Amino acid sequence: MTMLQPDEAETETEAPTAELKMTARDVDVFYGTNHAIKSISVDIPDKTVTAFIGPSGCGKTTFLRCLNRMNDTIRNCRVTGEIRLDGEDIYGRDIDPVQLRARVGMVFQKPNPFPKSIYDNVAYGPRIHGLAGTRAELDEIVERALTRAALWQEVRDRLDAPGTGLSGGQQQRLCIARAIATAPEVLLMDEPCSALDLIATAQIEELIDELRESYSVVIVTHSMQQAARVSQKTAFFHLGVLVEYGETSRMFTNPSDQRTQDYITGRFG
Amino acid sequence: MIGYLFLLIILAGAAGFFINRRAARARMAAGERLHSMAAFHGAYAVCLSALPALVFTLLFLLFEGPIVDAILTASLPADAVADMDPGQLSLVEAEIKSIARGNVFGEPEPWKRDAAAYYAALRHNATLALWVAVIAILGVGLALARRRVSARFRARHRVERVIGWIMLACSGTAVLITAGIIASLLYESIRFFEKVPIGEFLFGLNWEPQIPIREGQIAGSGAFGWVPVFVGTLVITSVALFVAIPIGILSAIYLNEFAAPRLRAVAKPLLEILAGVPTVVYGFFAILVVAPAIRTAGATLGIDVAPNTALAAGSVMGVMLIPFISSFTDDALSAVPQTLREGSLALGATRGETMRKVLFPAAIPGIVGGILLAVSRAIGETMIVVMAAGLIATLTINPLDSVTTVTVQIVTLLIGDTAFDNPKTLAAFALGLMLFIVTLGLNLVALGVVRKYRELYD
Ligand SMILES: Nc1ncnc2c1ncn2[C@@H]1O[C@H](COP(=O)(O)OP(=O)(O)O)[C@@H](O)[C@H]1O
Ligand SMILES: [Mg+2]
Repeated sequence: MTMLQPDEAETETEAPTAELKMTARDVDVFYGTNHAIKSISVDIPDKTVTAFIGPSGCGKTTFLRCLNRMNDTIRNCRVTGEIRLDGEDIYGRDIDPVQLRARVGMVFQKPNPFPKSIYDNVAYGPRIHGLAGTRAELDEIVERALTRAALWQEVRDRLDAPGTGLSGGQQQRLCIARAIATAPEVLLMDEPCSALDLIATAQIEELIDELRESYSVVIVTHSMQQAARVSQKTAFFHLGVLVEYGETSRMFTNPSDQRTQDYITGRFG
Repeated sequence: MIGYLFLLIILAGAAGFFINRRAARARMAAGERLHSMAAFHGAYAVCLSALPALVFTLLFLLFEGPIVDAILTASLPADAVADMDPGQLSLVEAEIKSIARGNVFGEPEPWKRDAAAYYAALRHNATLALWVAVIAILGVGLALARRRVSARFRARHRVERVIGWIMLACSGTAVLITAGIIASLLYESIRFFEKVPIGEFLFGLNWEPQIPIREGQIAGSGAFGWVPVFVGTLVITSVALFVAIPIGILSAIYLNEFAAPRLRAVAKPLLEILAGVPTVVYGFFAILVVAPAIRTAGATLGIDVAPNTALAAGSVMGVMLIPFISSFTDDALSAVPQTLREGSLALGATRGETMRKVLFPAAIPGIVGGILLAVSRAIGETMIVVMAAGLIATLTINPLDSVTTVTVQIVTLLIGDTAFDNPKTLAAFALGLMLFIVTLGLNLVALGVVRKYRELYD
């Protein structure tokens, strides 16, 4: 939808997309007549943690769910604008949202392990996408995912136990393992720690920092301390608009917008 | 008369309620802090007046008849009734009572007239006593309740305790009635097993309940092996489930997960109409539409088809069970949390994969429970099979044959002139008992399945 000339477009995609994983341009989202997201443009770099912060109800979840087209499942939700993954329009005609979601994984606010064994939870994605040819390969994928999610040591002896029997923090790490077992390129996390205690939160934050080596991570959080701890880029949302976007360190020390200033100093939120 | 008594009790209760409530409110208005709300003081008056009066009246009416009868029997002149057996005596007493009511036939003996007059007087006194007692109870109760209205009186606790007793009595009634039903089934069945050995009934392969009604009739002795009858029930139930389970589950899956909301809004009520169709109408349908269709189809294919096939009765019963299974499936699927659905979709699963691998497995306990309850219904279903299944018990599992079912046999055994000491009649109770045991077992299994899976899935 951009009106760029072909040669201009070339230069634009060549230089920055080497490190830009996803780009959003003028994205609007409507729930029926409710205009929830207003013309948001954001660049999400690769191998970086990007945090979305803002008071609740400002549209963080809604925008995050545009990035893997989860909003398609909400009946009265309409998304306009352009979102590209590696330069490819994810709302384009020839994109199947099912395949897109295998590339852009998601971890939800509340841990939602399937009522299956721990093993089957992690093997779910690899199985439906045919990532493993043999049982041994599948075993290896499961072990690697659980190891990366810092859960392997705790569950290696009870892979057949139901995933729903784990503690809250373990369940959330299981959900992260489940997401990374599918080998996504981008990992979206919607307030992944909001249902967890402090220790579990610390474990997940450590994990997010490690995931940055291989993935582009987008994390929604309403805790500014968390954003400051785990992210390199921060986007501040307010009432459906993107107020400010930039380096996390700069945002927290020297915000350029008064609303950001007010939010991070706790004047509202 | 009794109607007026109940009216009096209700009016007294209402009056007590309002009087006490007013008294309590007056105290509140006067600045006292009452332990209980005014309405509880009112309700306390009801508990102390109308409730005991009601219980007393019911008990009185329950025992009045037998007691008056006993007094009447004792008063009859000894020489007149000395050599009567109990049957004759009760005839005489019935005559006396009808004389007392004014229906005099012929010229009764003078002692019967005297007895009738005595009986009438007894009844009259009894009614009078009832009225007096009820009025006394109401009066005392109201007065007591009125006196207890005070700031510290804990009317709420008393009323709550009474309500607790009433609820206990209600649930006790349900349990008692169930126990009574079981006891009567057991009693008659035991009488049956005195005449027909239980082993013969349980394992016999022949069901021909023809018993000579008169001595020396040539019908010979009947055979009471329930196996063919039960197999008939199983065949028809299997056919029914074969129809109902796939259609019920698949339609529920479609309507719950894949259908457009508008289609769902139309189709779901339509499906539920099936549950409201009277079983007699299903019976017509089986006889007039399905059975002829199956016969015609059989004739074209050159297959020998009996006139009353298990297939016809079973498939129509299956249609009856569709809404049962589909609504259980629908509920079970709707109960699966939305977060699981999204979790699966977010991993790049299609809606079909999400259904097959996450939603359906999570819904299985509910679905299995629904299926087992449907089986219980199919086994106990009577009208469709009475109309559309056969009467002769043939031991077969061919659905194109004519079979009979346990319920059909119970009905035919009890229809017509029957004596209740005849094995033919008693056999109906034995069949009923077996039916009860089987459905009870199924329900227990259903509960067990649901509970076991819930442990895993919650
Ligand atoms: N499924 C939905 N249907 C209708 N409106 C929704 C839905 N989800 C969110 N909204 C609306 O969109 C706005 C943004 O919500 P959300 O994205 O959940 O905010 P946040 O995650 O920042 O708290 C809110 O006004 C909310 O009411
Ligand atoms: Mg949110």
